[in-house]
Amino acid sequence: MNDRIADPWGPRTPYGPSAPGADDAVWPERVDTLLEEGVAEDDVEAWTRAASILHSNGDAMDIAARGGRIVGVRGRADDRVNRGRLGPKDLYGWQANRSADRLTAPLIRKGGELVETDWDTAMERIVAHSKELLSQPGGWGRFGFYTSGQLFSEEYYTLGVIGKAGIGTPHMDGNTRLCTATAAATLKASFGTDGQPGSYTDVDHCDAIALWGHNVAETQTVLWARMLDRRRGPNPPRMLVVDPRRTPAAKEADLHLAVRNGTNQALMNALLHLVIADGRYDERYVREHTIGFERLRTTVADHPPERAAEICGVPESQIREAAELLGTSRRLLSTVLQGFYQSNQATAAGCQVNNLHLIRGMIGRPGAGVLQMNGQPTAQNTRETGADGDLPGLRNWENPDHIRELAELWNVDPMTIPHWAAPTHAMQIFRYAEQGSVKLLWISATNPAVSLPDLPRIRRILAKAGLMVVVQDLYLTETARFADVVLPAATWGEKLGTFTNADRTLHLCDKAVEPPGQARSDLDIFLDYARRMDLRNASGGPLITWHDPESAFEAWKECSRGRPCDQTGITYARLRSEGGIQWPCTDPSEPGAERLYSDGRFNTDPEYCETYGHDLTTGAVDSAEDYRAKEPHGRAFLHAEPYRPGPELTGPQYPLLLTTGRTVYHFHTRTKTGRTPQLREAAPDAWLEISAEDAEELGVIEGDPVWVESERGSVLVRARVSGIRKGVVFMPFHYGYWDHGTAGPDGGRPRAANELTVTSWDPVSKQPHFKVAAVRVTKATQTHGGDIFESDFGTARGGSPVLAGPAAGGTTDVEED
Amino acid sequence: MQLAHYIGLLHRAEDALASALREIAEAHADEHDIAHICRMLAGQCEGHVERLAPFAERYREEADEEPERLHSELFRGRRQGGLGLLRDLHDLYLMAAECDVAWTMIGQAAQGARDTELFAVVTACEGETATQLKWLRTRMRAAAPQALVVAE
Repeated sequence: MNDRIADPWGPRTPYGPSAPGADDAVWPERVDTLLEEGVAEDDVEAWTRAASILHSNGDAMDIAARGGRIVGVRGRADDRVNRGRLGPKDLYGWQANRSADRLTAPLIRKGGELVETDWDTAMERIVAHSKELLSQPGGWGRFGFYTSGQLFSEEYYTLGVIGKAGIGTPHMDGNTRLCTATAAATLKASFGTDGQPGSYTDVDHCDAIALWGHNVAETQTVLWARMLDRRRGPNPPRMLVVDPRRTPAAKEADLHLAVRNGTNQALMNALLHLVIADGRYDERYVREHTIGFERLRTTVADHPPERAAEICGVPESQIREAAELLGTSRRLLSTVLQGFYQSNQATAAGCQVNNLHLIRGMIGRPGAGVLQMNGQPTAQNTRETGADGDLPGLRNWENPDHIRELAELWNVDPMTIPHWAAPTHAMQIFRYAEQGSVKLLWISATNPAVSLPDLPRIRRILAKAGLMVVVQDLYLTETARFADVVLPAATWGEKLGTFTNADRTLHLCDKAVEPPGQARSDLDIFLDYARRMDLRNASGGPLITWHDPESAFEAWKECSRGRPCDQTGITYARLRSEGGIQWPCTDPSEPGAERLYSDGRFNTDPEYCETYGHDLTTGAVDSAEDYRAKEPHGRAFLHAEPYRPGPELTGPQYPLLLTTGRTVYHFHTRTKTGRTPQLREAAPDAWLEISAEDAEELGVIEGDPVWVESERGSVLVRARVSGIRKGVVFMPFHYGYWDHGTAGPDGGRPRAANELTVTSWDPVSKQPHFKVAAVRVTKATQTHGGDIFESDFGTARGGSPVLAGPAAGGTTDVEED
Repeated sequence: MQLAHYIGLLHRAEDALASALREIAEAHADEHDIAHICRMLAGQCEGHVERLAPFAERYREEADEEPERLHSELFRGRRQGGLGLLRDLHDLYLMAAECDVAWTMIGQAAQGARDTELFAVVTACEGETATQLKWLRTRMRAAAPQALVVAE
């Protein structure tokens, strides 16, 4: 196999429809395999079915085991998602499982130090504190659960029931809040419930692809391989990319709009303005299947392309060209990700992409799809099962009937289930902890000490006296160093469960090997907690009636019954024999649903929908009466919103706009990818991307150490001069300090992008604004005594997003006034 | 004609609401969503004040002396903590409600006076005030259980 660090996407297998509009394209198989040196396929003792948890694509694979250890992986050719391909993180990442610094025993804080203990002692400390908190009035409000985008449905569902029906707390969220909350918010707002309308197979059939703030080449390499293969085959799709950076996707595109970050809504309004003005919408579809067209038309009428050109800093001609591409396509596939979700007016801008598809009638048929993407592998099933700020089964917290259904299913008093207001979002949970009303914060499989905005503040909160921090993880992460109790968890390949990818495909992930030492699966830990807490239902029986992954899955399936994410037709046996299956799937003899809304009927019935809606500017919640008065009758909602500048703007003190993001070599705070030799060597350290013009003004050349400072903090990294637009700088996020042996800079070199980012979030999705912080950059003269950088840039410069030359199409860049 | 008095009332009420929103944004700067949205809403209220100004001027000439006790005062300065935040939002709500009712009255009067320009201003602004009310309710509902039951 070729070097997949240098070439993350692997060799091309071109394909396409035999004629424009034909549906006969099938993505050819290409099986990627990686076995550790000295192991041949014949040496493998067992192949175990799994799928990737190091990005959201859901690449199906088999884990190779020999002698009780994982020795490699092989893509599954028969799976609908990847047809055998694996990305670099899939191929190399499994090695982190056996990293020497895995936690193998629980830890407990004694005299200020974390020391090894046994499970009974660790759990009893948590349970004693929990019981004490619960015994006081409002005890539920002293608990906060902050979980992951990397657990299985069975685990999330169990935790959700413990929290929502056992303790009765609304303070449960996942780090999916940081990655995918806006995807969920736009799907609910436009279509009535969460759930992706489109499918990855839309790549096979589309004639245009629009990537809205989605650097798919680095975040989902296998999906990108599919797009590239279409681009190299017959009847290739045209491609539009919106991104301030000249990413590999932007380089491939026919048209790249390098908008100033924070201005997506202005661009979308102008594009919709042109599509409507040119009559390139489906009048009949709009009339029969949508609500709100007049308001959309009048709102975007105020946003002509010349205005957007000024706000976004791109030439008007490019906006017109983009509208032409979008307006003349017959089968448009859109994908949206963090460039929109972690930015100003996230939900409004994401809804505008849905609007584009709705007014053009581009939904529910081959090639015409919207993918409101996820950043994390199990983000979708977090949302389905309700361990985040959602109720399980995509239920509506404001609908008393939905609460009654859950109360009956769980056999608890409906009053126990917190539904008096929207579930508490992550940033608010941390605020309650900061103020002292949340006294137990249980963090599973995530690392807020690196991933949340304004890290100096997060460290102060985690270190707060009177707050018990429980951390359940694989390693002593930055966050775990603040914990009072650390629980060693089993991970992928060491436990069994299912999860859902962005296009609604469920995969089963089997257990290939035993976890190290005393590490236990997250499901076992949650079940143990429920048992020790003696959580009971209304009849006095145990609240949790399941005891292992399969019985948990069966319980979760009952909860999904009759809801859009109905999985009652799916079994472990089917997932083992058939591979990925898309929901809804209610019949054991039927395949899952490839696309939603093919009949133009949406999940907006007041009794069925997941939300009664929000005002997109403030997040104000609409009442059930407001909603019913709209008489949706299965029609989708077109939302409209004028552009408004973001909460943090550049000024004389902080003149540059910082955007942050993931790169192809790392995933979620590098807890695993930083422990994977190839991935670590490829990109061992954070850096700052800066335009040639800005670099010259600052007297900075490639490789210079620079200070980047915002109102919150500062970092010291090396500069890379790149094709990013002038006035904007980029840093990869999630570089932290564990490999320096600390929880934070602690007087050493600060390098986490989130030292700089602003505590601020979208009013509807509550997703933080990681992509709009005002900073200043200065050349560092003092580099903390000697060379404290990991290396220059790592071995993978060629595969990095840094590309020479000006931002594509940015030659007539409009200057900020 | 007494319309000037109600326009004056609304004019002052919007002005007071704008100041209160700005003060609360500053007082509760650690509640980042509140600080940001309050500043944005203050901008809306200032816009309302600006749009009402010519009508206040126009109708003043036709007005009698203002009757007493037409103007009320609610917000008297910031409070601290979770409960204080709830009370501050509660005050803002009552202030916004005063504006909301006044917009309705003035809208009715504008039609009676056949003043299409004033009616257009009412139509443009009253929706923003309604959304302000809705947001304040939403935010108070989210904050109330923790502030009233859990926090010490």
